[in-house]
Amino acid sequence: MAVTSAETSNPGGQSTVLATVQRRFLFIKIGVFLLTGLLILRLWQLQIRDGSHYRTLSQDNRTRSILIHPVRGLIYDRNGILLANSVPSFNLYVQLDDVPDRDALLLKLAELLSLDEQALRKTIRDEGRNTLIRLKQGLSLKEATIVESHLFDLPGVEIYPEAQRNNPQGAYAAHVIGYVGAISEAQLEREEFQDLPRHSIIGQAGVERIYDRTLRGRAGSKLIEVNALGHEKRLLSVEKPHAGSDMYLTIDFRLQKLAEDVLGDQVGAIVALDPQTGATLALASRPGFDPNALSRGLSTEGWNTMRRDMQHPLMNRTIQGQYPPASTFKIIMATAALEAGTIDQTRTLRCAGEFRFGRRAYRDWKAGGHGAVTLHDALIHSCDVYFYRLGHLAGIETIAAAATQFGLGQPTGIDLPGEATGIVPSPEWKRRTQGEPWYPGETISVSIGQGYVMVTPLQMAKVIATIGNQGVARTPYVVHGIRDRGSGMIEERMPAHPASPVLHPDHLRGIQAALAEVVTDGTAQQARSSTVRIAGKTGTAQVVALRATNGEDVPSKFRDHAWFVAYAPLEQPRIALAVLVEHGGHGGSVAVPLAKRLIEAYMAYVSEEEQRTRPPSSLSSPHMGNRRNPLHG
Amino acid sequence: MDESWPSHRGLDGFDWSFVGIIVALASLSLLTLFSVTGPAAGQRWPIYWKQALWFGVGSVAFLVMSAIGYHTLARWSYLLYGMGLLLLVVVMVSGQGARGAQRWIALGPIRLQPSEFVKIPVLLVLASHYSRQTQPGWWVRVMLPGLIAAPGFVLVLTQPDLGTSLSFLAIYVTLLLAVGVKSKAFGVMVLSTLMIFPFVWGGLWSSLQLYQKGRILSFVDPQYDLGGQGYQGLQSRIAVGSGELIGKGLHGGTQTQFKFLPEGHTDFIFAVFAEEWGFVGAVLLLGLFLALFVLGLDIAMKAKDLLGALLAVGLVGMLAFNTMVNVGMTVGLAPVVGIPLPLLSYGGSTTVMTMAALGLLFSVKRRRWMFRL
Repeated sequence: MAVTSAETSNPGGQSTVLATVQRRFLFIKIGVFLLTGLLILRLWQLQIRDGSHYRTLSQDNRTRSILIHPVRGLIYDRNGILLANSVPSFNLYVQLDDVPDRDALLLKLAELLSLDEQALRKTIRDEGRNTLIRLKQGLSLKEATIVESHLFDLPGVEIYPEAQRNNPQGAYAAHVIGYVGAISEAQLEREEFQDLPRHSIIGQAGVERIYDRTLRGRAGSKLIEVNALGHEKRLLSVEKPHAGSDMYLTIDFRLQKLAEDVLGDQVGAIVALDPQTGATLALASRPGFDPNALSRGLSTEGWNTMRRDMQHPLMNRTIQGQYPPASTFKIIMATAALEAGTIDQTRTLRCAGEFRFGRRAYRDWKAGGHGAVTLHDALIHSCDVYFYRLGHLAGIETIAAAATQFGLGQPTGIDLPGEATGIVPSPEWKRRTQGEPWYPGETISVSIGQGYVMVTPLQMAKVIATIGNQGVARTPYVVHGIRDRGSGMIEERMPAHPASPVLHPDHLRGIQAALAEVVTDGTAQQARSSTVRIAGKTGTAQVVALRATNGEDVPSKFRDHAWFVAYAPLEQPRIALAVLVEHGGHGGSVAVPLAKRLIEAYMAYVSEEEQRTRPPSSLSSPHMGNRRNPLHG
Repeated sequence: MDESWPSHRGLDGFDWSFVGIIVALASLSLLTLFSVTGPAAGQRWPIYWKQALWFGVGSVAFLVMSAIGYHTLARWSYLLYGMGLLLLVVVMVSGQGARGAQRWIALGPIRLQPSEFVKIPVLLVLASHYSRQTQPGWWVRVMLPGLIAAPGFVLVLTQPDLGTSLSFLAIYVTLLLAVGVKSKAFGVMVLSTLMIFPFVWGGLWSSLQLYQKGRILSFVDPQYDLGGQGYQGLQSRIAVGSGELIGKGLHGGTQTQFKFLPEGHTDFIFAVFAEEWGFVGAVLLLGLFLALFVLGLDIAMKAKDLLGALLAVGLVGMLAFNTMVNVGMTVGLAPVVGIPLPLLSYGGSTTVMTMAALGLLFSVKRRRWMFRL
């Protein structure tokens, strides 16, 4: 009994309790003394008795904890074509703490590997307080052999085989795949990278960036004992790294390659989607870059050249390029007016070659005009005056609401980083961003997809895919399967479906019919194909306002952007496409032939695959499905 | 309460040895942080400047706590404790963490570690409970206080922050010992467990394989799951041992300077100090801590009411536990659990909390000549 009942039963006995309690503090005091004594004893043991031993240990600190980088996941296209892997690479490191004479070492290294001694010095200087420094990446076998055989003269030098990101397809699909690079100081500060050590390699763009955590895996480490030269002598313990997961893209590499090839030296973008699922089949952006060069670490000059390039090769134009949609916007105009009841499919509006509004005359692309046209004809021949009038009748709010329903002015939600939103202008938007009221004349420009309205090629591909897919919108996506290296399990992913625009079936059919006739009788007749029926809409986006800008004599930077959005086949579309060629000139003549080639090629792949997968005896194979899918073997 | 405190006049009862020890420890902290940062520090605000700032804030906390007085604080103890728990819940929901642990709330550039600020409220709550309920009994003595402290303990443990949650346990056990429990045998058992716990664990610990330790620790505290368990401990022992008798001098610590020894400015600051100032310096530092605890226990022994005595002994228990376990893990007697060394380790929350605790201790000292009627 620590506190007796006699003490506590006494109501005024707190002082007695206090005294009892306080007497007990003496034991705590003794305890503190004893523990301090114990610690001092231990200090004596470490510092006095074994002090010289520990001093030797500290002088040539024999143990090192070395990070083992995990193997990064692989990236495949939808048919299992390898897009990114990792190859072993010999990297030359120096541990400065083990170098007794830095000048001698650098001189020797420079001589052995014919390197620039000054450059080595600069590399070390740039690392600041860091003492384990990578002097050279990607040593050839010969260079590695030379170093290994001279290790005795190179204290502190070590060659570590490390994984190097490799893109076997070179520059193809570079914007989708992205590239990797050493984590920057700024990135180290960010919370998502907090568990990463310095010098980690992380994805810096594309799929590599957005799925970095999954691709990266988890680092391991090993504890080694080193000899006096700092070279590994004995492995003490090892914690194995976990390899990253593999990615299966929805991209069909054959189509991707063709899309980049047909663009060639032209600046532009091509997006191909599966309208029924939203899976991206191709995302081509030109000019491109070689991710291998970036992953290996670009020199400062290399970076500067790339950054100064006026054509911005690193920019993924399919999701980051924002352009006026031009006449491709008439698809949205048509649905907006039909759904709002501004007009019906039979009413005609007159086009006399220009539309006078206020003090300005808005001209049609065709001098003299199209005469009295219905919505159907206006779409087929891309009559501007009809849509000027329609826009004036419908008003900007109606137009903006329809464009927003189709997903313009907002990211599509694709699983790629840095997607631009584009602009759906409205009076509210203009007040907010420019602090000015909306002028009615601006509605007229917007009616033919000029003025403030801006879209990305992916957004327009989504719009035309929605029309082709009976008005049902899908979220575009790039990665459809993630395979865990440990378990071999594949996790399939498909984004949630977005809201679809409001579209009456009659209106949809009318627009679909008109888009089909754009190809057979209208502005996109170059897309007429003998193998597949295509529907689409051309567009020619003015870069410089109200000038004749299509002639060959016009400097290319003032030439118009050429658009073509399309889907095929008509009945049950398998592919939806948006083609944009910057400063390409007229949409009908520049963008249309590219689209036709891609659609024909893709439909050939599709029928070839259906032939292969359809059992010869069975005729009941469904039209859809059964596509070869690497995920299902 | 219409109490009048004669000691409120001027600096009566102001014990310069008490303050002197605190100033000495703070100076050693800044000196060691200066050494860790190195002479050629690139940062605009090196950590020793930041730590000096925290000592400034801590001094204000010290003065405020000693001015308010422990009776007032005890009266508000449940409110303070409730607010502390609320903060812990906020951390759990939205906190920021390093390497999987959620411990901080970001307030602009400052990262607040609320678990530190729950320690004093827990002590206040427990001490005022024991000072009101002096009758013996398993429920009143052990269970009820345990249940009171449990939410804070569990919230911190699951952050996970094993180190800080252990100091909650230290407070609880110290008070339990002070008021006494049913049988002396039990008391002795708990006492010996508390005293020996780190050392037994340390012995058991070193018999485990590296990967086993890694597993155990990554279970309770992912912050240390870097495969460097044995590495950290070994490097720390090398640092301490290589200091020998008189040390390597300022900036002379080859082990430290962030090269081999991680966390040289926080949890392993004692290793940095012992490497640079040797056995002589390390014993001197431990002597300063010992003097601080003895002064604290003297305050507890001379306190004129139960609340003051319990508060004082609880504070000493908490600070002594942190000190012993921290130094213990640095010299390889205790497992690496992530407890900072009071007043020495870098860190805003822990420094301000320690100074506030000392302020509270001081308020007990100033009022010990009063009799409550």
